[in-house]
Amino acid sequence: MRYALRRLGFFVLTLWVALTLNFLLPRLMPGNPALAMMSKFHGELGPHELNALETLFGVNAHQSLLSQYFGYLHDVFTGNFGISLSEYPASVTSVIGSAIWWTVGLVGITTVLAFLLGTGLGIVSAWRRGGKVDSIVPPVFVITSAIPYFWVAMVLVLIFGITLHWFPSQGGYYVTTDTPGLNLTFFQDVVNHAFLPAMALLITTIGTWILTMRNTMITTLAEDYVRMARAKGLPGRRIMLDYAARNAILPNLVGFAMSLGFVVSGAILVEYVFNYPGVGYMLLQAVSGEDFPLMQALFLLITVAVLLAILAADILTALLDPRTRAAR
Amino acid sequence: MGMPVSGVPTETPRSPAAQVPAGHALARIGRAIRSNHKATTGTILLVIFILIALFPGVIAHASPTQDAYPPRLGPSSAHLLGTNAYGQDLFAQVIWGTRNVLIIAFVVGLATTGLAVLIGVAAAYLGGGWDGTLSVLTDVLLVIPLFPLLIIIAAYAHGEGTLVLITAITLTSWSYTARQLRSQALTLRNRDFLEAARVRGERKLYVIVMEVIPTMTSLIVASFLTNALYAVLLSSSLQFIGLGDPNTVSWGTTLYWAQNNAALQTGEPLWAIAPGFCIALLGAAFALLNYAFDEIGNPALRPVRRSKRVRST
Repeated sequence: MRYALRRLGFFVLTLWVALTLNFLLPRLMPGNPALAMMSKFHGELGPHELNALETLFGVNAHQSLLSQYFGYLHDVFTGNFGISLSEYPASVTSVIGSAIWWTVGLVGITTVLAFLLGTGLGIVSAWRRGGKVDSIVPPVFVITSAIPYFWVAMVLVLIFGITLHWFPSQGGYYVTTDTPGLNLTFFQDVVNHAFLPAMALLITTIGTWILTMRNTMITTLAEDYVRMARAKGLPGRRIMLDYAARNAILPNLVGFAMSLGFVVSGAILVEYVFNYPGVGYMLLQAVSGEDFPLMQALFLLITVAVLLAILAADILTALLDPRTRAAR
Repeated sequence: MGMPVSGVPTETPRSPAAQVPAGHALARIGRAIRSNHKATTGTILLVIFILIALFPGVIAHASPTQDAYPPRLGPSSAHLLGTNAYGQDLFAQVIWGTRNVLIIAFVVGLATTGLAVLIGVAAAYLGGGWDGTLSVLTDVLLVIPLFPLLIIIAAYAHGEGTLVLITAITLTSWSYTARQLRSQALTLRNRDFLEAARVRGERKLYVIVMEVIPTMTSLIVASFLTNALYAVLLSSSLQFIGLGDPNTVSWGTTLYWAQNNAALQTGEPLWAIAPGFCIALLGAAFALLNYAFDEIGNPALRPVRRSKRVRST
């Protein structure tokens, strides 16, 4: 119980640090970036919006830094993230709402697939130590884990999008010919467009799952209870899955829970290469369009998602591993 | 930034007390590099890149920035990778761009690891309130998503140069290493040789630098490799999305201009593929070395010879 409270305190602290960074960064940077942004949008905004921006970024403000800070915290906790400047006059919340499902769909499904495939390959690789899978798969994925996501995405665009014309390589669906709706053609269109970005993510993320699973399982395979199972003459498959893999899977499961939090931020560059209409692409659009309110809100969203995922991973560890419960 | 990076084995410690363990570790690392294929490959790749970064003019005679040639030339003997839409020689850009990324890799790698060593070991060794404060700081930074944070910082900094990239990456990415080193140092805390140093009346700083840090050489080297790899990936990514200085000659910047000019769609794939391939190759060099160190540090992971024992099925 004390442990849980301490963890909770830690999450609150981290959230506070993220909020404060959001508040302080534009104010600390040389040349006041917010002022430049405001003058850029000056003609397009009404006096009310300008006023709101001034308090958000502390430009021309007559308030002290401290009261600005409390005003900012108040806005955030009442869900008031301001107006998006690049999508003016839409609110930041509604702009994010239109993008988030694209990211959750694409990256979420790909993360689950990468976890399942990678863990499976890791199990086989450790079980048949030195076999075909083991001599090819781990070294290959050591190298793929060092390749930048966006470059894999570019190579896929070049090969399958531009040279072979197998899959579309830009956007989330055909904007000109297709209207979003619950019908089969739209669904097929979306899947078609998601295929290449998903492959790019799969190729670059699967390596971690394979290596973690393989390396932990190699350690469990040396345990006495596995030797005992062998001595009892249990079938190989049963030893592999019920004895070795089951005890080795915890780090991967915890990693999986954590990686779900990175779904929101994990595909920023892949979305950028494919112009995929998700949150990551939106973040970069906000950066290049100097839409600072949208950028701040997205950063907070990403941080909160990660915090929730780590919380989930903590709970999962406590539930699945009795040793951690006893130690606390 | 310019902090002394003590304990990183590129500089051999002078003190006789520390020479023994550190010297051992260095010799072991040297032997390991020769005996492990992954380590050998990684080292050779890295040495090639370092040579290119030191003497780019010997390999590429053209200027990387002058738009002196006809645009959109295909590969030829005069322009090995052709020219881009601005009429710049792509081979020269790739060769000269090596320097920027290697500087970032080594400076960030050393600075991040140095900062992490200081904070991690100090937390473990000093204990008490120091440990509490430093650990919370480490954990908070560990949890805040790094790449989005860097994007935000770079966006406000507005296209500043390499130094801003280096500072931002260093200040935000030391936490993972610091945490690892702290737990490693914690296991040493009550060992006899540290007790002996304490009884001898050595100062705390001396004990940390001369006694504790040398025992962690292999972990520090592995951390340096990981941090250098991340520095390569992060800085190239930031440059790619246009958050570096678009006038520096570097692989990430070349990629930025390629993406801006839709190089893939307009039949100039080499503009985007060549610099990306170099990033992947340099990243692979660091990753291979790192994986090899993992195998050296954890004998259980070393590849088994197949003839030795074929168990099961």
